[in-house]
Amino acid sequence: MKKDAPQKQSFTMNFGPQHPAAHGVLRLILEMDGEVVERADPHIGLLHRGTEKLIEYKTYLQAIPYFDRLDYVSPMAQEHVFALAVEKLLNLEIPTRAKYIRVLFCEITRILNHLLNITTMAIDVGAMTPLLWGFEEREVLMGFYERVSGARLHANYFRPGGVHKDLPPGLAEDIMAFANRFPKVIDDLEGLLTDNRIFKQRTVNIGAVTAEQALDWGFTGPMLRASNVAWDLRRNQPYEIYDQLEFFIPVGQNGDCYDRYLVRMEEMRQSVRIIKQCLEKMPKGPVKVDDYKVTPPPRAKMKTSMEALIHHFKLYTEGYHVPKGETYTVVEAPKGEFGVYLVSDGSNRPYRCKIRPPSFAFMQAFDFMTKGHMLADVPSIIGSLDIVFGEIDR
Amino acid sequence: MAIPRTLDDLGRLIEEEIETDLVSWSVEKGELSIIVERAAIARVLTYLRDSETFQFSQLMDVCGVDYLGRSPRFDVVYHLLSLVRNWRLRIKVQVEEGMPVPSVTSVYNCANWWEREVFDLYGIPFEDHPDLRRILTDYGFEGHPLRKDFPLTGYVEVRYDEEQKRVVYEPVKLPQAFRTFDFESPWEGMETAVKASAAKEEN
Repeated sequence: MKKDAPQKQSFTMNFGPQHPAAHGVLRLILEMDGEVVERADPHIGLLHRGTEKLIEYKTYLQAIPYFDRLDYVSPMAQEHVFALAVEKLLNLEIPTRAKYIRVLFCEITRILNHLLNITTMAIDVGAMTPLLWGFEEREVLMGFYERVSGARLHANYFRPGGVHKDLPPGLAEDIMAFANRFPKVIDDLEGLLTDNRIFKQRTVNIGAVTAEQALDWGFTGPMLRASNVAWDLRRNQPYEIYDQLEFFIPVGQNGDCYDRYLVRMEEMRQSVRIIKQCLEKMPKGPVKVDDYKVTPPPRAKMKTSMEALIHHFKLYTEGYHVPKGETYTVVEAPKGEFGVYLVSDGSNRPYRCKIRPPSFAFMQAFDFMTKGHMLADVPSIIGSLDIVFGEIDR
Repeated sequence: MAIPRTLDDLGRLIEEEIETDLVSWSVEKGELSIIVERAAIARVLTYLRDSETFQFSQLMDVCGVDYLGRSPRFDVVYHLLSLVRNWRLRIKVQVEEGMPVPSVTSVYNCANWWEREVFDLYGIPFEDHPDLRRILTDYGFEGHPLRKDFPLTGYVEVRYDEEQKRVVYEPVKLPQAFRTFDFESPWEGMETAVKASAAKEEN
């Protein structure tokens, strides 16, 4: 090569599949011009487990645990959408207390998810303390999960027809105490990050997305709101009891990594507000529908009633038959619009269960978001996307 | 043009607007779904996105459904969302095996990966797609796993071979035969109960 004729030094780099900043098993093929990313080709599917295929071979009740394992940092939000879809096909109206419990735990899930995302994004750009502080609180929240469902992560708690069990004694008081204490933790995290010069240098104006681009690429949730589109399914297409609660929808201005961080921070504060309102307004009463064709009879009844025993046996072997029909049901999961397109053929198993994960759309926009950015910006963009491979790969 | 208030009105309006491309429409469970001609899908989506009345600015999801035994065999289902009007719309296209569907990547950028996924899992090709590769399955995978005639256990399994020092693919061996249970009991079940109640009403 002649020395005085500068040639374009373009080369291809492999990023992942095992990389601490990839937030899971993401393999990126980066075409670089020096330090600048020219094209990014994400290879996904390394965590593909065939969830949709498996669900087609399970009864409706057996399908719920698969939803926990999609986005494994916000499990209950996904059980919720499947429960809602099945209830829609069955024409079930669940008791009010069950709705409150669901919303309560959906918001706990939102905090759980945002704490993980914000703190891991911070560690990707070099701040370690938020991770340690945030995970301490996640531990407390997973403690609530455990007390209500028996499992810290894969809860399997929301069932079609309500929730599995009522809140154990004392849990409501403990959640209230947490909700009173937690805003201080958010303040502390903000103190570490929001005005932190290094953090801002790594995130402001990085991966900026305009509102038109965000809509075109199918963004939802905090990713869409950071681009100044005030759209939240909890407000615009309310489900459960969200229309009776007071909360704000934070929106960003520039749609860059920093705004996405700010939106998530504010969403945690709003979630705390919702949690408090739920606990204050929660009525007494049953937590699942009184129809033993769909929900199991109480254990005590099974000891004396033959009918209850038969119901229990039928429910856990054959399950229930869902009338023929189809529905596309959505919830505002912590990451965005999480949808299920459920097709029933009238049997006891779903005919088709298409899962619409929000981060799939974020991941596919990754190429245009990174174009022209430095390699060092790639981890902060991945961090701000809030992706979890359990749900992208399904 | 008046803004429709109900889903039925919306369905009628869509019928008027895209008459020649529409096959049928229906409202079920509070959701509007329309079936359009396969060749017209890109045109219909462009119209619904750009029209002042509809403004379906977001394509939420594209997925396939395999109705084995029906002709045409597959459905490709598009879910649209209009943020301005707060409407959702389901659009279906029916295709026979091997028949291509026009890609809508030029209409909505996000259709790119959704269509790749449908191609990967159902084997439905998309015409004029810029980058139609497999997306979720393994490198070098054969078959389309979400088809109803693809077995749940698949055809191959992988393990690490100590002698060759690499991962090898082998035909799947099941220590226990795959079990399916037939719950459609002849004396009880949804269908017979429904038929009985229908017969009662007739009498």
